[in-house]
Amino acid sequence: MAEIVIRNLRKEFGNFTAVQSSSFTIEDGEFFMLLGPSGCGKTTTLRMIAGLELPTSGEIYIGGEEVGQMPASKRDIAFVFQMFALYPHMNVRRNISYPLASQGMPKAQRREKVAEVARILGIEGILDRPVSGLSGGDRQRVALGRAIVREPKCFLMDEPLGALDAEFRERMAEELRALHDRMGATTVYVTHDQLEAMQMGDKIVVMNHGVVEQFGAPQDIYDWPASMFVAEFIGSPPMNFLRFGGTVETGASRVDLGGSSLEVPMVRQGASGDLVFGVRPEHVRLVDGADYRGEIVATEYLGTTQIVTLATGHGELKARVASDQPARVGETVGLSFNGQTVTLFDAASGRALPTALNEGVLANG
Amino acid sequence: MAEVILSGVTKRFGATTAVDDMSMTIADGAFTVLLGPTGAGKTTTLRLIAGLEQPDGGDIRIAGRSVTGETPAERNVAMVFQQYSLYPHMTVRENLSFPLRSPMLRTPAPEIARKVGEVAEVLRIAHKLDNKATALSGGEMQRVSIGRALVRNPAIYLMDEPLSSLDAKLRSDLRVELKRIQASLGATMLYVTHDQIEAMTMATEVGVLDEGRLVQTGSPREIYENPVSLYVAGRLGLPRINALPAGLFPGAPSGAATIGLRPEHIGHGEGQSSRVVRVEHLGDQTRLHLELEGHDIVTLTDVHTTLAPGDTVAIAPRNPLYFDAAGTRIQAARI
Repeated sequence: MAEIVIRNLRKEFGNFTAVQSSSFTIEDGEFFMLLGPSGCGKTTTLRMIAGLELPTSGEIYIGGEEVGQMPASKRDIAFVFQMFALYPHMNVRRNISYPLASQGMPKAQRREKVAEVARILGIEGILDRPVSGLSGGDRQRVALGRAIVREPKCFLMDEPLGALDAEFRERMAEELRALHDRMGATTVYVTHDQLEAMQMGDKIVVMNHGVVEQFGAPQDIYDWPASMFVAEFIGSPPMNFLRFGGTVETGASRVDLGGSSLEVPMVRQGASGDLVFGVRPEHVRLVDGADYRGEIVATEYLGTTQIVTLATGHGELKARVASDQPARVGETVGLSFNGQTVTLFDAASGRALPTALNEGVLANG
Repeated sequence: MAEVILSGVTKRFGATTAVDDMSMTIADGAFTVLLGPTGAGKTTTLRLIAGLEQPDGGDIRIAGRSVTGETPAERNVAMVFQQYSLYPHMTVRENLSFPLRSPMLRTPAPEIARKVGEVAEVLRIAHKLDNKATALSGGEMQRVSIGRALVRNPAIYLMDEPLSSLDAKLRSDLRVELKRIQASLGATMLYVTHDQIEAMTMATEVGVLDEGRLVQTGSPREIYENPVSLYVAGRLGLPRINALPAGLFPGAPSGAATIGLRPEHIGHGEGQSSRVVRVEHLGDQTRLHLELEGHDIVTLTDVHTTLAPGDTVAIAPRNPLYFDAAGTRIQAARI
């Protein structure tokens, strides 16, 4: 198992730059997520780590060795694709042992290895079945087995759960994560699903248009997004943006929104012009007395919580509140925000303003 | 708009009973959602009401009259399918007007123009009326296909997972939109889905289906808080309700085989000690995966918890639900 270091990695396809100068470190044993919308460069990055694409410039270190220009076969990695490709004419056992056979491992040792992998994956019962009759989940487990059996330096996975339906996907996600916790293998996982990334990852890289927007622990990225893109891409419903114009001085701990003075974390670097007050739905409360007001446009019941959509003087806002709190469409209510969770953005650049609370996270990348 | 009543409706396909003795009333102006997994009989129910399938038994009444002998056109229902099918060679305006041009309706041209304008306004596609249908995004196409149902004045709108092919963001926007439209028109709506979020957020009434049988109806809150069976309890709520042997915690009533604990119905700090297996930070909530005597339990904790795998947490049920061996709720046992 190994640490993976990506330094100034860049990939151009003709005039198109798929990945621009990315740098991040995947620590040994980490479950690492490459997250972003389609076309953001996450799969290209993964393919460069695998050796399926060669970088235009920059370096890739796997376990201390620079492998950027090395062929895939020399890198000792295992790749699991979205479409699990199994050999249809072989049974489960032969599918799993195939990579070992091609390495020339003796038969007895192969049997032992396959048995061990089958036990980890819970597929001992189907080893002698043909793969053609298997369920989607079992096929995915066999594909994983074939990747695990070689004990590579790291696993690279390209949306391995993308083709599964929602309920089953949730289960496989848990299974994969539990498998990782048992084996401790460095894993790089590509997904466009923010919930999957939050749920499974130790660390997340959020990419957009070939650029690394932010890199860090899931909760840090959720709490302290570095850009409006990250704030909107992560979280459901996403972070609310209340747009306002004006000046925020360095050292300020309140901002003025249409005459209401709202608390924010102490600003380390002021800005002026078009600004954005960013607050997550669960940090908005409906309070009679508050002087910032909004009109309830819709409510959505979700069991213990409900999502209340409000129209405010600075745009639409969603609040996640307890479902037993009365909220009637058409009513105008006061809104209070947990100031210690607010992120301010500069609308033109889309970047977060550094504050006393987010500067540690932003310094991470 | 009108009331729709199913009484004892049954539909078989060979040896499979797709809809089994179903009785339900969709009240005038209600937004009723049928919720169930694939194969539960949701779509068949819609098709029976629309007249695209004939029932093997039972009766369907729309606005007081039995419609089982009527053709789909005579029933005056509007159906929206999962896959939007627009006329690709027509503009949005022509697509929306098409149902009104039916020889059966004979709508005068100014009336058509007024209706189409109104619906386009409601669906926020007025600025796209003269675009070709093929020049629209997926979300816009689905709105046009919903609009094509809305221009008519049917007895009921039947919708078959109309949002399932859209991406998450658009889906959440259209959920709010559809509910707003339904409320502002006072429309009667029967909407089928396997997505519990859609059912909870939009419905005035939810019907839960299990293998062709309607097992419970009620408001989303009633179904969530007061499920009649373990099956129903598992259909609503994310993360899913924990179903554990009743004897795992003290206080189970006699006859209880299973205790159902929603993740938010587990108190921390006292009770049985369980081991933390995994801490899952989802941003707005943090899930704790616990292990208690070999059973997996999922619960929620403080977003910025310092708990880590291997730690011990004492847990005790709060407002548990009890079920008998057949999965039926033991009602009297609320503590």
